[in-house]
Amino acid sequence: MRPQPLGTSRVTRTPYLLVAPLTVVLIVFFGIPLVLVVVVSFFDLDKFDIIPTFVLTNYAEVFGSSLTYALYAKTITYALIVWAITLVIGFTVSYFLVFHVRSVLVQMALFLLCTVPFWTSNVIRMISWIPFLGRHGLFNQSLIAVGITDHPLEFLLFSNFSVVIAYVHLFSLFMIVPIFNSMARIDRAVIEAAVDGGASRARVITEIVIPLSKTGIALGSIFVIALVMGDFFVVKIMSGGQSSSVVAAMSNEIAILQYPPAAANAVCLLIIVMLMVAAIMRLVDVRRELSG
Amino acid sequence: MTARSSNGRPWTFYALAAFFTLFVLFLYGPMSAIFILSFQGPTGGLTFPMNGVSLHWFKALVVQQRSGDFVGSFSRSIVLAIIVLAITVVISIMAGLAFRYRFRGATAVFYMAIASLIMPGLLLGLGVGLMFQFAHVSPAWFSSALGAQLTWTLPFGLLIMFAVFSRFNRAYEEAARDLGASPWQTLRLVVLPILLPGIIGVALFGFTLSYDEFPRTLIPIGSRNTLPLEIWAMTTDVTSPALYALGTLTTAVSFVVIAVALTSIAVIQRRRARRQRDRTPGPLGDA
Repeated sequence: MRPQPLGTSRVTRTPYLLVAPLTVVLIVFFGIPLVLVVVVSFFDLDKFDIIPTFVLTNYAEVFGSSLTYALYAKTITYALIVWAITLVIGFTVSYFLVFHVRSVLVQMALFLLCTVPFWTSNVIRMISWIPFLGRHGLFNQSLIAVGITDHPLEFLLFSNFSVVIAYVHLFSLFMIVPIFNSMARIDRAVIEAAVDGGASRARVITEIVIPLSKTGIALGSIFVIALVMGDFFVVKIMSGGQSSSVVAAMSNEIAILQYPPAAANAVCLLIIVMLMVAAIMRLVDVRRELSG
Repeated sequence: MTARSSNGRPWTFYALAAFFTLFVLFLYGPMSAIFILSFQGPTGGLTFPMNGVSLHWFKALVVQQRSGDFVGSFSRSIVLAIIVLAITVVISIMAGLAFRYRFRGATAVFYMAIASLIMPGLLLGLGVGLMFQFAHVSPAWFSSALGAQLTWTLPFGLLIMFAVFSRFNRAYEEAARDLGASPWQTLRLVVLPILLPGIIGVALFGFTLSYDEFPRTLIPIGSRNTLPLEIWAMTTDVTSPALYALGTLTTAVSFVVIAVALTSIAVIQRRRARRQRDRTPGPLGDA
């Protein structure tokens, strides 16, 4: 855009003045804290006091413990399973809304129906699974009533299963919204041309819909993977203490004021998440999608 | 595509509609269970069956001391959410306007916003907590927790402003300018009114994301809890349906806020559509 010619100094200054508040808030509450976490990861610890110095003992502890590798393996496994499930849900739901719902009004209404839970409390949505999946929960009772089983299934709650269910429940919206967004922008003429040219439904999906919604898929994948990798509360509550994650372990360290080891752990986690995000961004130019 | 090629719906429509219905049940089903259970009788427990129907657990929230400081944390959460809403709306609009220009550092600011969005919440809270500790300032809900929440709401606000501006028709702005409006008049009388539905969207995100936020707020909250932190504390040590009553209440507040925001957007759109019909067809604005 060409702003109105007002005198060059003003024209060039305007965007900087407009973006300054955002930049300041992000630097103060995101940039500086991030740097501090990195700095503290090299500090020493004397019982509960942080000693400003430069040591590598925190990292030595992180890499020296077999628990670390088990935690990362567990967390990454959760992330990949949840990513795969939310991807299937996100793609299918968006595909239905975009290509099968004819009225725009109905489409918007159904889309909103999917997004409303996003604006309510995550903790409440998570604990709402407990009466549902428990030993005497609704699900077990209906299974017994229908006669599928005669004793309640134990693996439903406080297990890997319930952790994954809660993740999918909380985070699938982050996959649906970006995929829906990019799918809705696909030009229908392209698809009609393909159909007229004799393309099957499957070929339309694999050769038109998937490539043209890949930025949405990438963005949704970044959100879901980052959210699962950074979670601590779902795994704490829904596994009933039987499973853990990197950040859950970290939150235990923080609770007993072991900041330097927690910070070293945080730095390792951030590097891994950044590598995963960078890998996705390499495949797809996400920025073009976001800034229009 | 296939849905349009014939009058009848193809089988895939029914398969996908069934999938969608199951997904919606999956989203809302468990939530409805806790709404029902919050009306348990006084002797009822955390699971079905219901032992009578009562408002006992809602009353217990206000009366009982062991449920924690419900009234205080609730009012703090509302006030904090309103502050976050106001800051998020103003800063997001400004940033959205800024990104319509080319300026140096645009890419860096953009990636910083995205990084801030996907940063694990607890780690961000740890960093903010450390910053306040080193500066010898005691953390509080209106300072450190406010800042931590903004790192989450501002990137969302920015992304929504991108979406809003990408559908904005510049012709209106140019027309205002050609008619002699100053930049400030153009913004206030033309651009902002057209963007109003999107701005309400930003406000909705600002309020609800703050009102329900807890991983980022957990460490830098200081001595007085917000409602989500109170709930988080309850999940580990309260084993009565009071927890569900609190869940029902807080979800009801969210629903009211969502309904107000969506209704006002719908009213604006309808009024606009009516005006559009009454006049000669002109260039269409944003949706």
